[in-house]
Amino acid sequence: MTNESDEPTAPGDGADPFADWEDPDRNADARTDGGNVSSPFEVVSEYEESRGDRLRKLYDTYVYAPIAIIWRDWRARIGFSIVLFYLLMGIVGPYLIDPTQVAEGPALVEPFQNWEYPLGTDNMGRDLLSQTVHSTSTILKMIASGALVTVAVGTLIGGVAGYKGGTTDTVLSSITDVFINLPGFPLVMILAALLPVGENPYMVGVLLSVGAWGGLARAIRSQVLTIRHESYVEAARGMGIPTHRIVFKEIIPQLMPYVVINLTNAARRVIFEAVALYYLAILPFSSSSLNWGVMLNQAYQEGAHYTAGALHWFLVPMATIIGISIGLILLGQSLDRVFNPRVRARHEKTTGEGGEPDADEPNEQNTNVVGGI
Amino acid sequence: MPNIGWRIRRIGQSVFTLWAVLTLTFVLVRLLPGNPMGAMIEQLIRQGVNPARARELVSMRLSVDPNKPIPLAYVDYMANMLQGNLGMSMYYSEPVVDIIARALPWTLFVLSWSLFISFFLGVVVGALMAYWEGGKLDVGLTSWAIMMGSIPYYVLALLLLIFCAYRWGIFPTSGRQPTGVPPGFNWAYISGIVHHAALPVLSMLVASGVASLGMRGNSIRVLGEDYLRVARLRGLSDLTISTQYVARNAVLPMYTAFLISIGEMFGGSVVLEQVFSYRGLGWYMLSATYQRDYPLMMGMFTVITIAVVIALLVADLTYSFVDPRAGGQESESY
Repeated sequence: MTNESDEPTAPGDGADPFADWEDPDRNADARTDGGNVSSPFEVVSEYEESRGDRLRKLYDTYVYAPIAIIWRDWRARIGFSIVLFYLLMGIVGPYLIDPTQVAEGPALVEPFQNWEYPLGTDNMGRDLLSQTVHSTSTILKMIASGALVTVAVGTLIGGVAGYKGGTTDTVLSSITDVFINLPGFPLVMILAALLPVGENPYMVGVLLSVGAWGGLARAIRSQVLTIRHESYVEAARGMGIPTHRIVFKEIIPQLMPYVVINLTNAARRVIFEAVALYYLAILPFSSSSLNWGVMLNQAYQEGAHYTAGALHWFLVPMATIIGISIGLILLGQSLDRVFNPRVRARHEKTTGEGGEPDADEPNEQNTNVVGGI
Repeated sequence: MPNIGWRIRRIGQSVFTLWAVLTLTFVLVRLLPGNPMGAMIEQLIRQGVNPARARELVSMRLSVDPNKPIPLAYVDYMANMLQGNLGMSMYYSEPVVDIIARALPWTLFVLSWSLFISFFLGVVVGALMAYWEGGKLDVGLTSWAIMMGSIPYYVLALLLLIFCAYRWGIFPTSGRQPTGVPPGFNWAYISGIVHHAALPVLSMLVASGVASLGMRGNSIRVLGEDYLRVARLRGLSDLTISTQYVARNAVLPMYTAFLISIGEMFGGSVVLEQVFSYRGLGWYMLSATYQRDYPLMMGMFTVITIAVVIALLVADLTYSFVDPRAGGQESESY
């Protein structure tokens, strides 16, 4: 269509004169039909909206409202603080705390006894605090790659399968079902033992996503099935918008809440499985690449579970894992609230009363349209 | 309404999955970088076996002949697998099938109890939380559920091992059956088995934490539905409303979560059985991985997968009895 209108005259073409002849005729029809309200396309919105207004609305929808809702919810406050704490520990921590080495301190110092080693030491005199802090960045890298790959693959396959339907759906769903039916951890275990994943934390994350994306893809697919018949999707399809744009621009943004919540679940899963793989000593590690799983492994190997006075060697990595997991669960639950339309609606009412300039204007309905993602 | 076409398709899908898994194990054995086959042959040659004999031994144990072209070897492999020939374990020098036959019942025993208890507990606790939403009980139980959900099952397992077995000596520290008691249907033996299985089963209670949060969410969603208001206006009794309307509609999504957790628990059995030295499928699989006993490793993986596939199939087929809306319809193609 655009090509045709770009070229003013096409001398040798037979279709153009016909189109020229057709156009004025249609205009004439429209004119004779009715007075002022001839076509719905000529009606302009009663409400005027400047660019500033639109920016303010976007800011309110995507920045202010989530933060305000999160700040009102105690779970969200705690969850965010915990996750932020771990991020700081992983990024800033290694610069503040020196890496530990063998025989740095006396063996098996109990925690909170000697302030040089606040969390105590292991049987070779290595500082557990330092081990914990230096492990964090490795684990964060695994989480980042693992959770992103899981969610990206799951959303993409689930979204396309759900929207396209028919043969595409059958093929993609069969692949998804195979991966759902595979017991994820044993598969990952075999792959970890056979593939030279080595010590690259990003690769470990990607490996862990192999057993994880299937469930998400199926969940996303069923979500897409509920909105593929919505009128705006039908309209987009009727307008001939290509499939990939409908999926990425119209459908997946609707599912973002779901996707983001699943990101926290995927992250938790990556931590659990990565730590388990290191605990079982299936993934190789060197003394320089300690992590929480390796700490558990060494504690178990050295018999810390029946040695008197070695209990803290287990408890320190355990507490660390449980801590970040609590943070992620609380974060996931509070994100659920952020995206929940009921909570949002309540929030909009309260900010409206709080003297937002938009609120006393008659175009209140307009903000609701933007607000109701 | 009996949806026979859907059931046949669902069974076909399980068969397809099994085929895919067998093919996958073949690919892993044969084509992966650092392939197990080459590694095994090298190992035998280093032990002084002559190359021809080494190849023969390996082909017998892995049931893949390295001399054959890949398509033929693939057909052989599949034929062997379908006849139940999973090869010979290198480490135990026994057919893999025999080892599996010894290990499988123990794993199934522990897992069925874990699943049952965590599902039951999840539903009950979740329903209680939803009923008193916002109350003290809800806050308390929610904190409990979040705590349980944040503990990896193996961390709880280690804690139970440390305290209940080593420190306080309430439960045995390892093994799966009492020593010095003749196996059979006598009280000492049966109670001994239960005693040994108790800690692995309790470790899976963490799963009930996540389940109860899910149940709470479902119930609260159902509590907000219009049909409940209508039911109340009709003057139905609380008992009818809570069992026929709330429980029924809230448990159904739980069932789906339950299906997915079957697979996860089979995977989790590897770590649990290592912690408690409980000689089930997972324990043998891990030991095979340490020994690089590829036939046993692949055999265990195949069997775990078959178990998961069958469990999911049974659960899916029964699901359509529970929920008449279930059962996939073909969707219109765009």
